[in-house]
Amino acid sequence: MATQPGNVERLFGKAMKRREDPRFITGRATFTDDIKLPGMTYAVFVRSPLASARIRGIDVAKARAVPGVRAVFTGKDMADGGVKGIPAGWLLPDIKLTDHRPLAVDRVRHVGDAVAVVVAETPYAARDAADLVEVDYEELPAVADAVKALAPGAPQVHENAPGNRCFHWEIGDKAKAEAALKGAAKVVKVSLVNQRLIANAIEPRACAASYSPATDELTLWVTSQNPHVHRLIMGAFVLGIPEHKFRVIAPDVGGGFGSKIFIYPEEVAVSWLTRKLGAPVKWTAERRESFLTDSHGRDHHSQVEMGFDAHGKVAGLRVKTVANLGAYLTLFAPAVPTYLYGTLLNGVYDFPSIFCEVDGVFTHTTPVDAYRGAGRPEACYLLERTMDIAARTLQLDPAELRRRNYIGKDRFPFQTQVALVYDSGNYAPTLERALKMVGYEHFRTSQAEARAKGRYLGLGISTYIEACGIAPSQVVGSLGAQAGLYESGTVRVHPTGKVTVLTGSHSHGQGHETTFAQLVADELSIPIDDVEIVHGDTGRIPFGMGTYGSRSGAVGGTAIHMSLEKLKAKGRRLAAHLLEAAPEDVEFKNGRFSVKGAPDRGKAWAEVTLAAYLAHSMPAGMEPGLEETSFYDPSNFTFPFGTHIAVVEVDIATGRTELLRYVAVDDVGNVINPTIVDGQLHGGIAQGAAQALWEWATYDDNGQLLTGSLMDYGLPRADQLPKFETDRTVTPSPVNPLGVKGAGEAGTIASTPAVANAVLDALSPFGITHLDIPLTPAKVWQAVQDARGKGKG
Amino acid sequence: MARISLKVNGTQHVHEVEPRMLLVHYLREVLSLTGTHVGCDTSQCGACTVLLDGKAVKACSVLAVQADGSEVKTVEGLAQDGRLHPLQEGFWEEHGLQCGFCTPGMLMAAYGLLQSNPHPDEHAIRAGLEGNLCRCTGYHNIVKAVQHATKTMAEGTSKTAAPARTVGAA
Ligand code: FES
Ligand code: FES
Repeated sequence: MATQPGNVERLFGKAMKRREDPRFITGRATFTDDIKLPGMTYAVFVRSPLASARIRGIDVAKARAVPGVRAVFTGKDMADGGVKGIPAGWLLPDIKLTDHRPLAVDRVRHVGDAVAVVVAETPYAARDAADLVEVDYEELPAVADAVKALAPGAPQVHENAPGNRCFHWEIGDKAKAEAALKGAAKVVKVSLVNQRLIANAIEPRACAASYSPATDELTLWVTSQNPHVHRLIMGAFVLGIPEHKFRVIAPDVGGGFGSKIFIYPEEVAVSWLTRKLGAPVKWTAERRESFLTDSHGRDHHSQVEMGFDAHGKVAGLRVKTVANLGAYLTLFAPAVPTYLYGTLLNGVYDFPSIFCEVDGVFTHTTPVDAYRGAGRPEACYLLERTMDIAARTLQLDPAELRRRNYIGKDRFPFQTQVALVYDSGNYAPTLERALKMVGYEHFRTSQAEARAKGRYLGLGISTYIEACGIAPSQVVGSLGAQAGLYESGTVRVHPTGKVTVLTGSHSHGQGHETTFAQLVADELSIPIDDVEIVHGDTGRIPFGMGTYGSRSGAVGGTAIHMSLEKLKAKGRRLAAHLLEAAPEDVEFKNGRFSVKGAPDRGKAWAEVTLAAYLAHSMPAGMEPGLEETSFYDPSNFTFPFGTHIAVVEVDIATGRTELLRYVAVDDVGNVINPTIVDGQLHGGIAQGAAQALWEWATYDDNGQLLTGSLMDYGLPRADQLPKFETDRTVTPSPVNPLGVKGAGEAGTIASTPAVANAVLDALSPFGITHLDIPLTPAKVWQAVQDARGKGKG
Repeated sequence: MARISLKVNGTQHVHEVEPRMLLVHYLREVLSLTGTHVGCDTSQCGACTVLLDGKAVKACSVLAVQADGSEVKTVEGLAQDGRLHPLQEGFWEEHGLQCGFCTPGMLMAAYGLLQSNPHPDEHAIRAGLEGNLCRCTGYHNIVKAVQHATKTMAEGTSKTAAPARTVGAA
């Protein structure tokens, strides 16, 4: 039974195969929709087909009469039952908050707003009955576009938010930025749209709830990136359920990308229903419901002015952004277009001054919140697209313009103009490496040759910075966060030396069961098979803030590391006692505690762990057992960076873009598992490239979502993407002892501007300086026709 | 209700089902074979892909009654004789999955692809899997996983034992 000591191979940095994979490749995983409890009933929601309307009445009689139907409830029933609105989790000065009812009571504010719920013994019966619920709507005027919503006389979304303005937010030095732009040799002005996107994790949202009268405990299984956050908000604010009688489990979760952070109406309703009906209740979204109700991302309109001096050095930046928040404020919504966006506008460049102002605006559309990158891609796209336009205006090579303006490697820690302090960085090598990989010099020659033959190749560069593991709690609290942003990690050593880790991070594809086990096996020199990583269950894990913002490695991993340090210290003291040596003289190496200089006098890991539980002989004052819990609150964010380069060919006859090559050189600090980091980057690149070329959630003027299915929304497919050529530089973060930064969102942040810049580079012979993304064939074709009409190209 | 009789992963089943019941719901709800997933309502995502009489089909687009008298293979039936199928091995070796939700459908679609073309090049793999969506991997490692499997299959069988236990399952 004793653990074999001496596993000396270092696993930190090793490209290990994932330990979680066997259950997924054999069909044995447990996703929420796979959960089936005895007596399970099924919920289907009745949703508004209108973007804005008053509910005059709801007739549920016909629905109730369908065989197998257990109950039909409306928003009024839930409100009368004491269910409150879902709160926002981040407040800004003078923000207008919304009353976000799980089921609308008298007004609907976006297509898909839920108005009633049907529960039946089979999903098919529930669906049949839902179609028979008759809602009498009085249709009201709607507004979907944020700029139009700000115009005088626009339809109002909420009575307490005149002019549809939820907040106005500013950062930077206005006077200084204005003066800088006045004094600049050249000011590049551009107006940019960062279009609305839909996360579209392939697993649709789902939840199942069950109540035990015997223990008075409610259990909710839910597709969540942060089960403890779900429990806290639903328990304390919405349902009024005591936290210690409420267990939230996020089992295997099929991708999140932000969309599974938030507290959604269906989860509240199902948790309420199970107690009401005395039966387990499950709900699983259909994809069309994902489109209408999963929080969307992005949706910015920005005016940018970037000033340059006579040498092509950045002199100042002024940005004015209108951010569409949709119909209600969800959990992080106020933070995304402000603290996660405006603070990133310093990018990788040495701006002497920056000013940014943002208007957050309500519209009759699905709520907008964090989507992979959350604010940071919007900032990066704005900077990198403007840099390319500037390069053309200043007649400088886009690589050279960037090179001239990078923050130098000797300037770290670097205080930005917009509140952040960058931990470490060295940007130029990622550019030079990426240029070399893509064969930059050679490309420009072949581009010219191709153009002579009527083929339009383009190359686009983007150098990005990301901010991971938003922290520390004291600072985010002062900025409006209604929670702390630390993480917990418990390491439980069993008597035999085997280890169970309880982490507050949550993996929904990130591979924590592998990477965190690598950390533990390394530190304790035990076989990785002796380590189990447990996540996603409030019944087992002390507390957790969950996984988003590329925080798991830097914050969650460090919490585990801290517990390991405490365990080793206790083990050393216990071993010293058993060896009759002074604790300072005992070292832990290769799975053995031994007296320095006398390696024969030692105890194996499992001997010490057993001794800790036998407790037959303990040092004075030491408690038996071997388990530690740590809460790690970082002193700062971490800031990964890198340079990505896309090469495209645009077919001028059809407007179609083909992605020919994609080169990425990233620096995410130390890397625990290179295979997993590469995988994160690949997926991120695909999502960002798709924003540049295909993805677009678009509404008509009545607030109807025009891209409401996978037939209309351009999710990228295997045959549309190239293979990705990746490399790395390593600049460890000084913020945490692991030196890791974070890799979950980097690809998404970098790739949108790289691909957009490549397409615009290809179109440069037509005098086209900018087109808003997505650069669909129709848009490109039209722009080329217009240019030709003006005699260009 | 309609009576259907079909073989799934080698086992014969007889059930009364609603005529409108989809094959994917029959597999998941009636047989509790939850490895086959549902990712959409418009036959776009491929998460539900299974083999119906040897052909890869989207089980959300087939009625259970249409499968009467047929043979179905799902992801649960891929590993044989205690060994992973070379495709399963390939996905594991090449990190062809992240969240794993698309994976069963990808495996079955790739199975169908390799049956009609045992030696696809990268282009053919990408074209062959264009009916299956993955939001996590950007497809890069899925292509490598299928290439890995092609090689293994040319050389014989997979060397990886089907795991008796899996870590971490919820
Ligand atoms: S469930 Fe999406 S194609 Fe079948
Ligand atoms: S691995 Fe998550 S969708 Fe493919």
